[in-house]
Amino acid sequence: MSLPLFFFYIFSAVTVASAFMVISSRNPVHAVLFLILAFVNAAGLFMLAGAEFLALILIVVYVGAVAVLFLFVVMMLDVDFADMRRGMLQYAPVGIVVGIVLLLELLLVAGSFLVAPDAASGSSLPIDGTMDNTRALGLVLYTRYVFLFQGAAAILLVAMIGAIVLTLRHRTGVKRQSTAAQLGRMPADTLQVVKVKSGEGLQ
Amino acid sequence: MVGTVIGLGHYLTVAAILFTLGVFGIFLNRRNIIVILMSVELILLAVNLNLVAFSSHLQDLQGQVFALMILTVAAAEAAIGLAILVTFYRNRGTIAVEDANQMKG
Repeated sequence: MSLPLFFFYIFSAVTVASAFMVISSRNPVHAVLFLILAFVNAAGLFMLAGAEFLALILIVVYVGAVAVLFLFVVMMLDVDFADMRRGMLQYAPVGIVVGIVLLLELLLVAGSFLVAPDAASGSSLPIDGTMDNTRALGLVLYTRYVFLFQGAAAILLVAMIGAIVLTLRHRTGVKRQSTAAQLGRMPADTLQVVKVKSGEGLQ
Repeated sequence: MVGTVIGLGHYLTVAAILFTLGVFGIFLNRRNIIVILMSVELILLAVNLNLVAFSSHLQDLQGQVFALMILTVAAAEAAIGLAILVTFYRNRGTIAVEDANQMKG
């Protein structure tokens, strides 16, 4: 067994096992941590397939942003997750049936798949072996797929604004510092100089 | 399919298993919308794996470009989904899927 194949089996086994733990874990925090493990190992699979940039982006985006977002929400919501699992076994049989049918279909497709012999030569964007992956991706992403790139950026912007608008709330009755009010305060508004005659107090 | 080099079939099999686990997770955790969102992420990961595998097999960079776009959409979907979830929890005090019936009026 060659070394890449050995690593492929390790990465894929850990990915599949942790994906199973994601869906069957009792504690959602554990589920998120297993999701991170699945993503890291999938990044290893990407690396073996020669997509180095995507592998690192997967770690940065998924592990660094998405999974942490999940972790944040899981910890922020005060929900009885044990109660959520009530009736879980009720849906399990139909899920197993659908899953087995789907898996068999997909494996049939994957097993009997035939790639046309001249398919690789007809590629419009052949991978240049002399160029590293990040450079090659950047060269096409900013030229040929620039509109796709801009569209992705617009989607991310809309998602960011949407998430902020959805979760922002103005709570009333919270004491906050108002810098404008502090800076706008004049001595005449608050300070009064009075002359006090001797023998008489202030009234 | 068992050989000394990593073939297309290897990747397709792993992606098929991942995809199935994601779909199964949606059925298994019908009440918990957080785990459903995580299952959707698994499904998108399986699709990405397929795209990268074909890109590697056909020596075509297009698959990796599209995988990058799927990554973007998956991140946006997770952010919006979780934001909706937080808003829903604030309004209802629960995240159970069957309680999400306010639109019925």
